[in-house]
Amino acid sequence: MRRHPRNGLDRTLALALSAAILFIVANSFPFLSFEMKGQVTQTTLVSGAIDLYQQGKAELAVLVLLTIVLAPLCQILLLLYVLVPLRWNKVPWQLPDAFRLLRHTQPWSMMEVFMIGILVAIVKLMDMANIVPGLALWSFVLLMLVLTGAVASFEPEAVWERLEKRS
Amino acid sequence: MGAAGEALVSAAPGTALAAGCATCHDCGLLARLPGHGAHGARCSRCGAELHLRKPRSLERTWALVIAAALCYIPANVLPVMMVTSLGQVQSDTIMSGVIYFLVSGMWPLALIIFIASIFVPMLKLGMLTFLLISVHRGSNWRPVERTRMYRITEAIGRWSMVDIFSISILVALVRLGNLATIEAGPGAVFFGAVVVSTMLAAEAFDPRLIWDRSETRST
Repeated sequence: MRRHPRNGLDRTLALALSAAILFIVANSFPFLSFEMKGQVTQTTLVSGAIDLYQQGKAELAVLVLLTIVLAPLCQILLLLYVLVPLRWNKVPWQLPDAFRLLRHTQPWSMMEVFMIGILVAIVKLMDMANIVPGLALWSFVLLMLVLTGAVASFEPEAVWERLEKRS
Repeated sequence: MGAAGEALVSAAPGTALAAGCATCHDCGLLARLPGHGAHGARCSRCGAELHLRKPRSLERTWALVIAAALCYIPANVLPVMMVTSLGQVQSDTIMSGVIYFLVSGMWPLALIIFIASIFVPMLKLGMLTFLLISVHRGSNWRPVERTRMYRITEAIGRWSMVDIFSISILVALVRLGNLATIEAGPGAVFFGAVVVSTMLAAEAFDPRLIWDRSETRST
C-alpha cells in the first residue's frame, strides 16, 4: 500500500498507445503457419475461435475470443478513454464506470496463459510439420508485455487525486 | 438496520465494520455508511453501491464451487480433442494428453499440462471448499494463512486455460482435409465451464469473512 502514487499518468498513456498499435498488428497479420508436404495453412489470432465456432463449440469460441482478443482490447480502449482526456485536463464522461469496467475486465485478459498454450501446441506438432511464427505472434508477445506494464503502472488513485486537486 | 448489518454487528472493535464504515469495492474510498448496514448507500466519490461485505458472498461462492465440481467430472472423462487422420478417429482426454507427453519423453510439458489442467482446478476447488467451511464454522485457525490461501485461489485459476488455448491453436492449424483434422471435444466445453465458474467463485468470496469470525471470537 502506498499513500502517494509513484508513476505519472503519462507513462501509462505511452504504454497504452503502444499497446493499441501492437494490438492492430497482432490482429491483422499471420499468426502461425503450418507447413507439411508442401501444404501450408496460415492462421491469424482469431482463427482458433472461428474454427471452434464452426465445429459447434460456440461456448469455447466465445471464451477464447474473450480472453485473448476482447478483454485486452477493452483494457486498451478503457485506458485510452480515461487517460487521453485527462492529459488535456478534461474529465472523461462516466469516469467511475470506466474504472469499474477496467477492474472487472482484468482477470479475463489471459495473454500470458495463451503463450503457454502456443508453446504446448507447437511442441505437439513439432514432429509432424514445420511451424512458422508470423509477425502477429511477435507483436502479440510485445503486446502482452506492454499491456501488462500499462495496467500495472495505472493507478486509479492518481486519477482520483488529480480530480480532487482540480475541484 | 438492514439484514446484512444485523448478521455482522458483532464486529470486533477497531475495525471499519465496527465503526460503520466500508471501503468502496471500486475506488477504495473509505466511506461512512449513513445507517449502520443500510442498503443502497453509494460511494460519494465514484457512485458505486457500498456494502460492508460482498452481498450473499457465501451462497454465491458455494453455488459456483458446486457447479465447477460437477463440471469437473465430464471435463476429465469426456474427450477434449478428437484427431481424425486417414479416416481413423483418436480421442484424447486431458489425462491421455498428459500421458502422451510423458511417454514421448517430454516430461516438462507433461508437467505443465498436469499442473494447469488437473492439479490447479482440484487445488482451487479444495481450497475454496476449505475456506467456505472454515468461515461457516467460525474458525479462528490461522487467518493469515487462510487469507494467503485465498490470494492463491484468485491468482492460479487463469492458468487452467492452457489446454483450451492449445486446442484452439491445434484446431486452426491442423486442417489437412482427409489427411488430418483436429476437432474440440465435449470435454473441453465442460473444462471451460470449470475454469469460468471457479474464477467467478474466487471473485464472489469475500476474504474479510475469514477475519470477521476470528476477530469476534478472540475478543
